[in-house]
Amino acid sequence: MTWNRKQIAARVAQDIPDGAYVNLGIGIPTMVADHVPAGRELVLHTENGMLGMGRAAAADEVDVDLINAGKVYVVEEPGASYFHHADSFALIRGGHLSYCVMGAYQVGQNGDLANWRTDDDDVIPGVGGAMDLAVGARHVFVAMDLFSRSGVCKIVPTCTYPLTAPGCVERVYTDWGVFRPLGDHVEIVELADGVDAAELRARGGGVFG
Amino acid sequence: MDKVMASAAAAVADVGSGSTVMVSGFGPPGQPEALVTALLESGATDLTIINNNAGAGGVAISALFAAKRVRKVVCSFPKAIESTIFDDLYRAGELELELVPQGTLAERIRAGSAGIPAFYTPTGYGTQLAEGKETMVIDGRPCVLERALRADVALIRAHRADPSGNLVYRKTARNFGPIMAGAATTTVAEVGGIVALGALDPEHVVTPGALVHRIVVGADTGPTTGAV
Repeated sequence: MTWNRKQIAARVAQDIPDGAYVNLGIGIPTMVADHVPAGRELVLHTENGMLGMGRAAAADEVDVDLINAGKVYVVEEPGASYFHHADSFALIRGGHLSYCVMGAYQVGQNGDLANWRTDDDDVIPGVGGAMDLAVGARHVFVAMDLFSRSGVCKIVPTCTYPLTAPGCVERVYTDWGVFRPLGDHVEIVELADGVDAAELRARGGGVFG
Repeated sequence: MDKVMASAAAAVADVGSGSTVMVSGFGPPGQPEALVTALLESGATDLTIINNNAGAGGVAISALFAAKRVRKVVCSFPKAIESTIFDDLYRAGELELELVPQGTLAERIRAGSAGIPAFYTPTGYGTQLAEGKETMVIDGRPCVLERALRADVALIRAHRADPSGNLVYRKTARNFGPIMAGAATTTVAEVGGIVALGALDPEHVVTPGALVHRIVVGADTGPTTGAV
């Protein structure tokens, strides 16, 4: 049985230590905030200019000047701070964020990350802060479904989509389990309960050994 | 010194066709809606717009794109869930796009205001967005040379101003305002309200008045928190 999106997010949260400053991307990464183990404090960064971001705002809490990078209304945590965009990215680029969690189109077995455009020229490219996060955060985690909708493994021998950054991904959290790109292959750190390792290897195009 | 203008129209009246215009905002917060609306109504066209989200997130800036007043856009994330204006123009080849990583965009603007002609950064190295740019290995780390961005006019949004142009911001609406201020020949600030000279705590001023040339009063987005 593969993990659902909540279980993937919870598994990521297990590996982020107390006191970390963390940037969470859109999708499964956003859900990491809902699964932080009790007693552990993470400080969330949103790249539009805030540390100490709280949960999504309820209807009666909406402030039109307070959104996150996914353009969702949020609330402040006590001790929050606001800063301009260059300072926000100085936090990222200066190595002051301990972790970032992003989605991906492809992850190479060498840790290459491709998550800003595909090979479809009809899709408008948008990079946002992905390249800054990939290069600047001290630990780069990817959270995604392991296979595309058409069943193609998204951990690949060599990325075919344009890169976001070379060699930056430390761990990949997926519905099938947790993986670590090691260069010439990908280490299986942990499999979801009941997932068949032989089937994974067969569908993985050789990256899992 | 009083930099307050009678109207948004007066504040952008000398922005000519062919101008390069910075517009603050990330999503709706921080968009100078009154100034961009005035720019649209002025009829200026063939504009280059520097804005993080391009035709997304602001009503007025979307209208500027829809009216085909924009020749080129410099941004990091042109995609919008709520609008296809940008997509349609881009696919039709009616719009030139310079896509810049978000942190590099912010730093290029900051450099433009700070008198720094260019800087090296590891962001983007080895990617399509660094193609054709000079590179250098610094302390073992490959970096890309990125040039400062400047504009003819910066249209920014702040929470409060005093008449001399000192500005404070509100929550995530701060975003590009403090760095676009000073990165253009003329900086125009749209604010939610104007307070008397001396009413802003000098310790809390975010943008000093020297960077702001004109002030216009727009909509007030919310209550002031803290010391204003």
